[in-house]
Amino acid sequence: MLGRLSWDAIPFNEPLPLATGAVLAIVIVAVLILITVKGWWPYLWREWLTSVDHKRIGVMYVTLGLVMLLRGYSDAIMMRTQQAIAVGSAQGYLPPEHYNQIFSAHGTIMIFFVAMPLVIGLMNFAVPLQLGVRDVAFPVLNSVSLWLTATGALLINMSLVIGNFARTGWMGYPPLSELAFSPDVGVDYYLWSLQISGVGTLLTGINFVTTILKMRAPGMTYFRMPVFCWTALAANLLIVAAFPVLTATFVMLLLDRYLGMHFFTNDGGGNQMMYVNLFWAWGHPEVYILILPAFGIYSEVVATFSGKGLFSYRSMVWATLGICILSFMVWLHHFFTMGAGANVNAFFGIMSSIIAVPTGVKVFNWLFTMFRGRIVFTTPMLFAVGFIVTFVIGGLTGVLLAVPPVDFVLHNSAFLVAHFHNVIIGGVVFGVLAGINYWFPKAFGFTLDERLGHASFWCWLFGFYLAFMPLYWLGLLGMTRRLEHIPDPTWQPLLLVAEGGAILIFCGILCQIAQLYVSIRARKQHLDSTGDPWNGRTLEWATASPPPPYNFAVLPKVESIDAFWHMKHEGRASDEHAYEAIEMPRNSPAGFITAFFAVVMGFSLIWHIWWLALLGFLAAATMVLIAGWSTEREDEISAAEVARMERGRLGHRA
Amino acid sequence: MTRACVPHRRRWSRHFRWPLIGAALGLASCKPAGVLDPQGPIASAEWLLLVDSTAIMLVVVIPVIVATLAVAWWYRSSNTHASRDTDESYEGRVEFVVWSIPALTVILLGGVIWIGSHQLDPRAPLSGKSKPVHVEVVALDWKWLFIYPDLGVAAVNQLVIPAGTPVEFQLTSATVMNSFFVPQLGSQIYAMGGMTTHLNLMADQPGEYPGLSANFSGDGFSWMRFTVKTVPAAEFNTWIEHTQAASARLDDASYAELAKPSKNVAPITYRLGEPKLFDHIVDQTASSPQNPTVGGAWCPPESPAGG
Amino acid sequence: MTPAIQESASPLPFGLMHEHGGGPASKRIVVAYGFWIFILGDMVMFSALFAAYAVLSGNTAGGPTAAELFNLPNVFIETMCLLVSSYTCGLGVLSAERRRLLPFFAFAALTFVLGSVFLIIEAREFAGMVEKGAGPSRSGFLSAFFTLVGTHGAHVTAGLIALVYLVIQVIAKGLQAAVLRRLLCWSLFWHALDIVWVGVFTLVYLMGVRH
Repeated sequence: MLGRLSWDAIPFNEPLPLATGAVLAIVIVAVLILITVKGWWPYLWREWLTSVDHKRIGVMYVTLGLVMLLRGYSDAIMMRTQQAIAVGSAQGYLPPEHYNQIFSAHGTIMIFFVAMPLVIGLMNFAVPLQLGVRDVAFPVLNSVSLWLTATGALLINMSLVIGNFARTGWMGYPPLSELAFSPDVGVDYYLWSLQISGVGTLLTGINFVTTILKMRAPGMTYFRMPVFCWTALAANLLIVAAFPVLTATFVMLLLDRYLGMHFFTNDGGGNQMMYVNLFWAWGHPEVYILILPAFGIYSEVVATFSGKGLFSYRSMVWATLGICILSFMVWLHHFFTMGAGANVNAFFGIMSSIIAVPTGVKVFNWLFTMFRGRIVFTTPMLFAVGFIVTFVIGGLTGVLLAVPPVDFVLHNSAFLVAHFHNVIIGGVVFGVLAGINYWFPKAFGFTLDERLGHASFWCWLFGFYLAFMPLYWLGLLGMTRRLEHIPDPTWQPLLLVAEGGAILIFCGILCQIAQLYVSIRARKQHLDSTGDPWNGRTLEWATASPPPPYNFAVLPKVESIDAFWHMKHEGRASDEHAYEAIEMPRNSPAGFITAFFAVVMGFSLIWHIWWLALLGFLAAATMVLIAGWSTEREDEISAAEVARMERGRLGHRA
Repeated sequence: MTRACVPHRRRWSRHFRWPLIGAALGLASCKPAGVLDPQGPIASAEWLLLVDSTAIMLVVVIPVIVATLAVAWWYRSSNTHASRDTDESYEGRVEFVVWSIPALTVILLGGVIWIGSHQLDPRAPLSGKSKPVHVEVVALDWKWLFIYPDLGVAAVNQLVIPAGTPVEFQLTSATVMNSFFVPQLGSQIYAMGGMTTHLNLMADQPGEYPGLSANFSGDGFSWMRFTVKTVPAAEFNTWIEHTQAASARLDDASYAELAKPSKNVAPITYRLGEPKLFDHIVDQTASSPQNPTVGGAWCPPESPAGG
Repeated sequence: MTPAIQESASPLPFGLMHEHGGGPASKRIVVAYGFWIFILGDMVMFSALFAAYAVLSGNTAGGPTAAELFNLPNVFIETMCLLVSSYTCGLGVLSAERRRLLPFFAFAALTFVLGSVFLIIEAREFAGMVEKGAGPSRSGFLSAFFTLVGTHGAHVTAGLIALVYLVIQVIAKGLQAAVLRRLLCWSLFWHALDIVWVGVFTLVYLMGVRH
């Protein structure tokens, strides 16, 4: 009746996960009670859970990412602590079966449920505004994407309390992830949460490629699009081309585990290297799915706060497209040590280092954008400068790892761990934090506190260096990754420094929470009534903060890049228009309900509760059929209403 | 010592001021070890390649970091001395330079990669003073088995090799994927079930070097370490004779016992009773069903499942 | 419903770079375009399965090989069913766009029958193989075969369900714009399955029997 699920699944004899789970459950219940008591359900349901507005969906994605960042961070600090104390004869406080779950969960969560939602959230919020349109191509689908991503996040957190998570590392390499070596539910949690959220991500990719290619304001030709839109286009093309590979790979591993097939097993003619190849055929483009939008954010931020147009816009675009294509030709550099021939290794090594060319061009372009500019050091700009300095170091170590014989001694070492944290924290996370600080006033109508923003930046920056520079060195000393016990006591001082860095990063996170709290409390002082707090260049600053549901009362006419900048210069920014009624898509519960059934299905599949899985699948499929029946429902906002909202804003600006 | 620490310290202190304590601690554990202390031709060449590639890139990277900080500082809005031109946003000649600098660096590095990959191909045999020693390596849960098929001995978690003599490794795994790695001797390579990979290494001097698995393999992974004992040729022969005379026999049956999962295993030596043991292990891993509980439903009982 | 696109001469070499300056495209174009992108993603997934089949096709683990298992005449009938169904599907959508209901229903029914025959032949082939002890858990080769061909079969099944559903919509709502859009997308999907099948027929069956 309940498959593999029994009371044994709850770790009663393991205080740590149980306590964490209990605290989590109490917090969730408390929040639910608070919402019920305050009577916020109707508001939440109407304005958020069923919203198909790209701005709301973007905010919810970012919120999801930030909440999961806390979870991913607590995994990180637990690992750092274990490695700092489990040296020599000491065993530390985590047995291997826990420690191995923690690093697997850390990687999975940080990539799929922190970095991805944050990047996708910012794209959701900013891309349609920058394109000067009213919504994405498929608003309801967008909501489905969000909730499927949330489903994955929920499933992965359920593994904390019910059963356990994978103990295979976030890549889930077979045969370790096969049934013979991982017979419990851990790998199934990993696979199903990523399969379900992966569908959501693929739908996002389809949605945004269509939006950017087919829905732009009048006059916005490709070479008038803001660079962030270009990088979003590249990232979403990569999603469409890469995520189905991951889905297919996981389907094969699932078939191995559920139906005894032999794709990646040691026996029966399986081939484990095929998994590694397919995984990285997705995995390397994934790196660029994350970093390209971050590059776009830096481009916007550097140009805005230098008071200058981006240096060599066309180079920037071609560099983005170059990276987009090259990212599919380098996957083998993740396993030079597989034993391929010298020609193969050399080819992939050279292709990998070629990516440094367009990336280097971008760095120089940001540099020349700042050159002779008027640089205002707001929090986003600090993150951008911190990024450039940090990222070139990460680029250097990355190219180093692309030299196959060097990789032979650094592969899977702490040096590698330091390298990818260098580019992901110094690149993606800094970019996302810059983006949040940059677009927050647009989303909520008031700016974030600068003092705490700066404090957070310095904590993140120094925290990063302190946490990861020692790991570079440890890698050279011969320390490999994923060690639950440290064999060499001379490594301990460096591991303690790294722990200190991790704590400093936590101070950065605390500063951000404080920044949010302080800014919300003092929102009256920080009010942005103009809609253009940074003297911006692109179209999102042409509308109110927060933007009305329809974004633009009249779609802007675009005549150049940096369209809003030119409108301001030509005095067209505050023109009055004759307003017409606007039709906007009506809210839809489809995403939320589909995701609910996806949770049911995923959970039952993990626990082999077949009847419930079938039920969940049929219910979700029914939702698709229902969505495929209805004709679009739209709400009309009358011309008078539009005029009232618009005059209020333009009055402020004048 | 100095060679190892200098580039590192330079990179550190250039762009931050206060975590010098960290740097000091780093220097404290700067005793040459691991990749920093190569003890064989392969490891030395790889270390040299690492230093050379870093140097090539630092030529670009250091000026970029300095320029970024300088430009960002000088053109801050409060600096009244800076001359600004906020209209200029494109310059053809600058753009040409912008593309050529990274391109030239990468062309240079591309040459290094091509030559390096061929010279340091793990399969390429090495030349040494004497005939190569042939060692077969099997990754087990969670220990390493080293078989010397030509010399009739085997050892667990201890690899004894003669100094100055090339060693030809053939590797496989009887369990999940592992990576065989001796940082001070150079190149690591995966050991995978049902497959054989090849690696050639050599140690210059007698000594003891730590070895490990560099690919996560489950609960006992951290303890999957072994020692490489490099000894003079004469001592190596003594070791072989002694081991042949004084150790237990390793054949298919005692191997099956050894293959059961265990961790933190002290070194064991064996007299090799089955010279084809390595091939047996490769075949056995590829053919024996490891998860007989599933898949039955897809095959009717009369047909044998899983060959 | 008027397409709001004005194409102007593009200075760039390839089609992707059309400079379109007329504002957001019409709903019909956006939906069809989005669906195209979806099909592109689906093709990528199939190519991963094809790659897996190519890698594993020789790994029979002592079990039956492709040449011993495949029955080409059967597969040829299967292939013809699917190819012809693609043709009838095209005719069906054309009739729908010309608002000719009766031919539409006839062609839709024909498409459904041909698709079902395809599925029945495939199911019988699968059942026969499992009976012979050549099920998907027998060897890497058979795992890859069943997964690749089975995934295509699952797509065909989904396509048939969607076809029935769309015919019901036509009956209930008539040929309104939204329904026509869905029919267009569905026909894109059906043609794409044909293309995948041509790949399966060539790479799996023809090349499998040859070896």
